[in-house]
Amino acid sequence: MSAEGNGHAATNGSNGLHVGTRMRRKEDPPLIQGRGTFMDDIALPGELYAAFVRSPEAHARITNIDTGGALAHESVMAVYTGNDVDLDAGLPLAWVPPGVEVQAPEHWPLAKDTVKHVGDPVAVVIGTNRYAVVDAAEDVLVDYDPLPAVVDPEAALEGGDLVHDSLGTNKVHEWSLGGEDVEAALEASDVVIERRFVNHRTAGAPIEPRGVIADYRAGDLTVWSSTQVPHFLRLFLAIQLGMTEDHIRVVAPDVGGGFGSKLQVYGEEILLAWCSRKLSRPVKWIETRSENMATAHHGRDQIAYVRMGASSDGTFQALHVKIIADFGAYMMLLTPLIPSLGAFVMAGCYRWKSVRTDITGVFTNKMATDAIRGAGRPEATHYIEVTIDQLAQEMDLDRIELRRKNFIGKEEFPYETPVGIVYDSGDYAGTLDKLLGKIDPESERGRTQDGKLRGIGFSTWTEICGLAPTRVTGPGGLGVQAGLMESALVRVHTTGAVTVYTGTSPHGQGLETAFAQIVADKLGVDPQSVDVMHGDTSQGPMGLGTYGSRSLAVGGESIAKATDKVAAKARAIVAHKLEAAAEDIEVRDGKFSVKGSPDKGMSLAEVAGAAYIPAGDLPEGMEPGLEETQFYDPENFTFPFGAHAAVVEVDPETGKIDLVRYVAVDDCGPAINPTLIEGQVHGGITHGVGQALFEQVAYDEDGQLSTGSFVSYALPSAAELPSFETDRTETPSPVNSLGVKGVGEAGTIASSAAVTNAVIDALRDVGVDFINMPLTPMRVWEAMQEKGGVSA
Amino acid sequence: MADAVRVSVTVNGRPQHAEVEPRQLLVHFLRDTLGLTGTHVGCDTSNCGACTVTLDGESIKSCTLLAVQADGGSVTTIEGMASGNDLHPLQEGFWAEHGLQCGYCTPGMIMAADDLLTRNPDPSEAEIREGLSGNLCRCTGYHNIVKAVQHAAQLRKGGSVPEPDTSAAGRENAEELASQGLGA
Repeated sequence: MSAEGNGHAATNGSNGLHVGTRMRRKEDPPLIQGRGTFMDDIALPGELYAAFVRSPEAHARITNIDTGGALAHESVMAVYTGNDVDLDAGLPLAWVPPGVEVQAPEHWPLAKDTVKHVGDPVAVVIGTNRYAVVDAAEDVLVDYDPLPAVVDPEAALEGGDLVHDSLGTNKVHEWSLGGEDVEAALEASDVVIERRFVNHRTAGAPIEPRGVIADYRAGDLTVWSSTQVPHFLRLFLAIQLGMTEDHIRVVAPDVGGGFGSKLQVYGEEILLAWCSRKLSRPVKWIETRSENMATAHHGRDQIAYVRMGASSDGTFQALHVKIIADFGAYMMLLTPLIPSLGAFVMAGCYRWKSVRTDITGVFTNKMATDAIRGAGRPEATHYIEVTIDQLAQEMDLDRIELRRKNFIGKEEFPYETPVGIVYDSGDYAGTLDKLLGKIDPESERGRTQDGKLRGIGFSTWTEICGLAPTRVTGPGGLGVQAGLMESALVRVHTTGAVTVYTGTSPHGQGLETAFAQIVADKLGVDPQSVDVMHGDTSQGPMGLGTYGSRSLAVGGESIAKATDKVAAKARAIVAHKLEAAAEDIEVRDGKFSVKGSPDKGMSLAEVAGAAYIPAGDLPEGMEPGLEETQFYDPENFTFPFGAHAAVVEVDPETGKIDLVRYVAVDDCGPAINPTLIEGQVHGGITHGVGQALFEQVAYDEDGQLSTGSFVSYALPSAAELPSFETDRTETPSPVNSLGVKGVGEAGTIASSAAVTNAVIDALRDVGVDFINMPLTPMRVWEAMQEKGGVSA
Repeated sequence: MADAVRVSVTVNGRPQHAEVEPRQLLVHFLRDTLGLTGTHVGCDTSNCGACTVTLDGESIKSCTLLAVQADGGSVTTIEGMASGNDLHPLQEGFWAEHGLQCGYCTPGMIMAADDLLTRNPDPSEAEIREGLSGNLCRCTGYHNIVKAVQHAAQLRKGGSVPEPDTSAAGRENAEELASQGLGA
């Protein structure tokens, strides 16, 4: 298999187009050969290294810091503590909805007088040797006067010790969405069930930890960071350092996974830039895994009180979810927004008379929470889907038929839910039917021959993607602050090669490939001649990054629109040159040709040549050049959906759970590249399975982090998982011209509920009818013991 | 700093000699001293396997070994897998089967899989999963990594692996990309 013969890199569909085909990724050749450029692969001449001194205490007053020992190291250039650092502003909270009081304490890159969680940075040591700065950091002597740690969020709301004395409360905010009539609707229900969920804290845990290099030279700052949001970072660097964007360049190189944990503006990023400016040298910091577990923001961590009401025939009436969200010690970029994203889809796939979510945010002495893959929607889906199974059990109804009975019908879209969100399109019965064609529920239940308890669980889900339309989110809509536009610049070069600049910042999703497929078809070129540039603020317009399954539905659509403008100009040029009408010019077989006369046409290279070196023959009044910019603010969100089933076997003697099958039918609209969709679904499912069965960020009662490494934080390995059975339906979204909805978070949003329902299904025969995640062997074994144990 | 120690290691077939700190990890010797940055670091407890290389034919985690412990040995890293323009079957398998997303764990995965296929040229799915259980991936859910290793096993046996939606035009594009992207 020589490189020349190693298979196709691009494929054409039967129609000669690339959209919809399984084109191999353009991203891969460097990555499979060890030639990627991740943060730690970048080295600048004269760079210095930074190591952080971090709090071992959950909550303490800093009474003294002795930096003398560290400064005595030969290679150490500087040690800075909180009061040395003069910034124009603290670390940002970007979401404060109008009319809502959100308590946001001061938050600086280095703690000033008190530390608020384990890992809170206290000092930074900078020197010339990577190993020596770590040694020196151990010689910074910090005296702590411990304060009581606030750990239990419900107790924190009752009063007592405070995380932030200056605020006088541990309550961050209260926020509600949905009708006041929910109590009446519950009252009118024949059956109401109540459950208390603990949706525990998890980590993003990208395999590449965070990392930063800052290089300030004579007034110009360049920052390389492993981030999902380079443009946001540039904006906040400008604000905090008192600079303007024209003097700041932020580059996200190859980013080794994010999962939301790099959708953040971190103190380390700001501080390294400050240090570089102070020392006039490049400064580099590469996070250790232990630092990542303690100080990259966490996700989830909610307690939810769920009440679901139905009439006696199983018609859903009302759903009330009261969420207590443990936000940790500080408000970071989007911390208080995250549970609200769940509230937006709390109706799930179903018709209700009333749905209401009440959220209370709480400070505790833990790392802050923020967006982690799914961000609020996995929690919401878990509450809805597990509670529906509980209701079916309570009412002795079939859990699949109960869902089907209450589905919003496919003819009912666009459908406004009781919380005021308008779902774009859907066919929930369609994905469920396709799923049931692949798996027979009844044959997946009962005792196995080797005595295991086998069960199957379902999750029929929808989510909200395409963040975010200003029309819906802004002052005229939900009033939850701003929308999130996206940008694209499409530049055709003189030779006909194309460069696309996107404001999204992909980091594994394969968007360079998907975007090239879209552009190639519109311009009649090979996707290999379409280069997609991202992650460098010095190239292309302001953009808002990659998160919230937005990059295709918002970023891809802006690229499609910019490309359409380029194509329209190309058509006008071709029409002028060939003396035809512009509306008669079509893109066919790699050429802009006249309809009906396929041999009469021009390649994109010929068009570009005419556009850049016009020789006086462009249409009257047309500017030369062939590039277009598009800023795009969508009209609505998009709402992917699907039906998932998990099959588990529980060992009654140990409580150990094996996930033996996982079948998923997803609908994210028409596929640009089915292979990329499957990859996102596989990874997404695994993230939710990880939360359900293995992963938990745990703090003990003193606020000490018990899961500070991959020894104690159990990421699933290949050995713990089956291969997945996936399929799709395609229901286009009317929101964008591509019809696409988004898929990056789908699997995660669906899967924790499917797995939990499967485990409860397996355990029901031994008397366990409800259990909270994480479903570790110990917890499952204890639940079985409470019911008297199980004979093997 | 303790006195530097001289180490001699053959890396990707080329003898390398360097003075290193006795405590320098092999992964930093490869990355910082030799500039072979394809071997990655993802944790500090030898759990993730991003730093996997082979030493004298066996896969090892290079964050758990000192450079001096490799003295006299022969190391292969991801940079040593392709021969010229020819991708290694595992590189081909990972590309063909979408076995990577962010690509950070990929070099370690490929090196661990190489050891697996050397020991067991025709592994079952369960054997692949067990064999790679020391390497963590957060992106793929391992589904396509398993397929990539199966694909490579086929290629190693001299077989070919069909790919859906292939067309002649696509193959030309591949050749063009390959000559541009892999020739450097």
